Amino acid sequence: MATYTMTVNGASVSVNVDDPNTPLLYILQENVHLQGPKFGCGLGQCGCCTVLLNGAPIRSCTTGIAAAAGGTIVSIEGLGTLANPHPIQQAFISQQAMQCGFCLSGPMLYGKAFIDANPGATSAQILNALGQTPLLCRCHSHPRMLNALSLYAQGKTQ
Amino acid sequence: MDKLAGSVGQFDQSNMTPDALAALNENAPSRRDFFKTAAKAAGALVVGFSAAGSLTHASAQTTTPPTPIDPLQPTGLVDASKVDSWVSIGADEIVTVYSGKCEFGQGIRTVQIQLAAEELSVPLSNVRLIFCQTGFTPDQGTTSGSQSHIAEFGPGGLRQALDTALAAILQLASLWFDVPVSALTVSNGIVSVKGGDSTQQISYGQLLNGQRFNLSLSNSVTPKDPHTYTILGTSVPRIDIPAKAVGSFTYVHNVRVAGMLHGRVVRPPTVGATVVSVDKSSVAALPGNVQVVVKANFVGVVADTQWHAIQAAGALNVNWSTGAALPDPNSLYTYLQTGPTADALTLDSGDTAATMAAAAQTFSAQYLHPYQMHGSIATSCAVADVRGGAGPQATAKIWSATQGVYPQRDSVALVLGIPNSNVEVIYVEGSGCYGLNGNDSVSYDAAIMSQAVGKPVRVQWSRRDEHANGESFGQPYVINLQAGVDKTGQMQSWVYESYTATRGNRPNATTPGNIISGALAGFPTPPVVVPTAATPPSTFGNNGNAASAYLNGVVKNNPAGGTGNIASARVITHTVPSPLFTGPLRSPSRMQNTFANESFIDEVAAGLGQDPVLYRLRHLSDPRLIAVVQAAAQLGNWDYRSSPRSKIGAFGFGNTTIASGRGFACLLYEGNNGYSATVCNVQVNVVTGQVTVTSFYTAVESGPVSNPDGMKNQTEGGLLQGMSRALYEQVKWNATAGIITSTDWNTYPVYQWGQPVPVMKTTVINNPNVSQTGAGECAITLAEAAVANAIFDATGVRIRQVPFTASNVLAAIKAGGKSSNLADR
Repeated sequence: MATYTMTVNGASVSVNVDDPNTPLLYILQENVHLQGPKFGCGLGQCGCCTVLLNGAPIRSCTTGIAAAAGGTIVSIEGLGTLANPHPIQQAFISQQAMQCGFCLSGPMLYGKAFIDANPGATSAQILNALGQTPLLCRCHSHPRMLNALSLYAQGKTQ
Repeated sequence: MDKLAGSVGQFDQSNMTPDALAALNENAPSRRDFFKTAAKAAGALVVGFSAAGSLTHASAQTTTPPTPIDPLQPTGLVDASKVDSWVSIGADEIVTVYSGKCEFGQGIRTVQIQLAAEELSVPLSNVRLIFCQTGFTPDQGTTSGSQSHIAEFGPGGLRQALDTALAAILQLASLWFDVPVSALTVSNGIVSVKGGDSTQQISYGQLLNGQRFNLSLSNSVTPKDPHTYTILGTSVPRIDIPAKAVGSFTYVHNVRVAGMLHGRVVRPPTVGATVVSVDKSSVAALPGNVQVVVKANFVGVVADTQWHAIQAAGALNVNWSTGAALPDPNSLYTYLQTGPTADALTLDSGDTAATMAAAAQTFSAQYLHPYQMHGSIATSCAVADVRGGAGPQATAKIWSATQGVYPQRDSVALVLGIPNSNVEVIYVEGSGCYGLNGNDSVSYDAAIMSQAVGKPVRVQWSRRDEHANGESFGQPYVINLQAGVDKTGQMQSWVYESYTATRGNRPNATTPGNIISGALAGFPTPPVVVPTAATPPSTFGNNGNAASAYLNGVVKNNPAGGTGNIASARVITHTVPSPLFTGPLRSPSRMQNTFANESFIDEVAAGLGQDPVLYRLRHLSDPRLIAVVQAAAQLGNWDYRSSPRSKIGAFGFGNTTIASGRGFACLLYEGNNGYSATVCNVQVNVVTGQVTVTSFYTAVESGPVSNPDGMKNQTEGGLLQGMSRALYEQVKWNATAGIITSTDWNTYPVYQWGQPVPVMKTTVINNPNVSQTGAGECAITLAEAAVANAIFDATGVRIRQVPFTASNVLAAIKAGGKSSNLADR
């Protein structure tokens, strides 16, 4: 049993885990009680489990706890709240850019990381960036999500 | 927006935190208790009224309340004929609506709240909605088949309950003010005397003072005229979206109950394999207090954490028998046409042989459609808490994303050996399901394991469990079509003959074996396929859009039906047993049939050198279908001409690499549901065979529109999902190894981020003059045919087999654009 410490959505978290290969996702769900990162495939093929680790999007389903230890983790619930959503979340809300919403962590966090590094990115550039890693939306809400991300890139979220 | 999210959604169990959900379930395990609590909270009851409605102004203040008729039956069924089963209005003006139609991303949560606010004339923010909880909400079967609008706006549904409630409120106000009902008006939950002063106003809450209605749904109430809608018919933002966007929304995957353990299923390694022996010692040394659960051929492990359960499932040594023989996947379409079949004769005018023989020209084609899967983005998950083992004293509570809480309650009761009155199923939203995915099976899994270990158990499947050992696939089809035209090109004769396969279906009280987990647990899968000869139809039928839009369906000695004007027709479907489980997949059979029918009309038009849209219109008679065809053509700036675009064919593309084309498809879903039509534009790379859809221009009409933006969202998501099915999706297996080889997103590819996003434009036609119908499955049904027709327009090559992968399209191009299909591949 080893103790791992990390910062999750601004709070310091310590967990005791017997297997250093335990995927970060299960720790975030069972120990930290996060609801934003979801299990979709466990294979890094869909993106539902995406979180930011030290600012970069990763798949928490295929990242062992030991690899995340000491890091700073942000999930979509760490971006904003119902009362005060992050601008990228406000863009998804204003565009009604989802159906079931289960996949959101993927396009929202990969989109945010790319756009924050490339302010003013075009819709084509955002789409290309999202295509650099396997990401799925099975309700096929891609057009609205791409609109939402483009609005965020333009600094418009309403 | 925020106000809606914060208030309207707060009583919606799917929006609740796990703690709040637990509190609800602890404090209000049944509607019976809810009513007791509500009555107590309301204090002294002042006003009681009954169907007789014989209150007077004076008695309204002094009468002791009559003994209420309990709408809840002892079995835990909620009596859907009673108003109180659907709606309660508190002294605090809060309207609580109970419904049997659940949300899974399609927007029906918000629409039902709009419906309540509209019919009762109350603010949206005063409406709470609770849906799909056994013993708590009315049994409305399953939420499926584009039936929610039909059910809730139709006889015996939510709208009628609301209108009965409003009529009672008005009657009560009439007594209160001593004026006729016609002298009253309602707005924002307040009844006023027309032209009266502020003293002649009273709120619903004040009138009712926490009392129940004690009324049966009335057939004589008049719903609000859709022409006058101010809340329905507007794009009210979806109430669940803000919480989903900020990650606070509680899906079934997030449900946690005290003392909960984690289960994992261990599925047969080959299709149909059975348990010979299980070596429990193989996991004895693993961490997590691993327990092994075996029930017939069901095998699972339970541990303290997900990761420990996953490790144990992988380590458990099970000796399995060899599985069932699977047909060669390369001859699936031959298999479907072999052996005794159960036949359904949908339509037979009795004269097609003669009319076909008399035709000036005939056409025929064969269309092939593979098994496809729901492929939900979440793997299936449920939590079960079974206490007391089995028998009459045992109880079970299940948190499930099932489409039907009552059918699941009744079937899981059989699986567990517990009376159904002791089983409670609580719907909690999962990811989009698109039909019978694994949500019922995983609920069985959790219940079986919880019963065995005596603790609450959460189960979430692996991706392989979901893809290859869990869900019920959409049926494969071979569809043969023939048409005969006269010398003017008018179609006179149409023959449809199809071959398909089924195994299982939705589970119900007697058929838990309809899905894999029930079958593994020892319950037989009913032999759906009983060899039967088709009996002649007596009325016009549609049979899942097997009958195309162009038929008017003259059946011997019966009047015409349908939406078209072809009088001579025969429509017959043959069904054989499927080696793989099948079940409703969004637009079940309607999608496959429409791929064939809407491709075939295109082929006939092309063969006659006719424009595809004009040729369709020539054979349609339903003004609503004609209207969506014309609206889509206009929106898509349809290029009126015959297909293909130019005289190109095999290796006839010259220096062209990218060929562009447009395709069309139209539909009246199920013959009596929603209308849709679309223009699809594609680009085909004739060197690689890759097809890129660049746009869909679509028109939809489902009667009075409830939420235009929500309907667009459903329409456009459906079309893109249909495009994914058209271009990529096919369940694959290895017959020699006995395994399904579509086990994940690499082996069952779908449309993914990074690929070009088509332009989507949709015209929502509001038709307030007719009844509400569904929309969820209308647009998706068009996609395969529209894309295939566009490929033909671009290349002159007719693709008659789904999916239109680059290799399949390239093979068709190389075969020469001679309208040859790819046959068994």
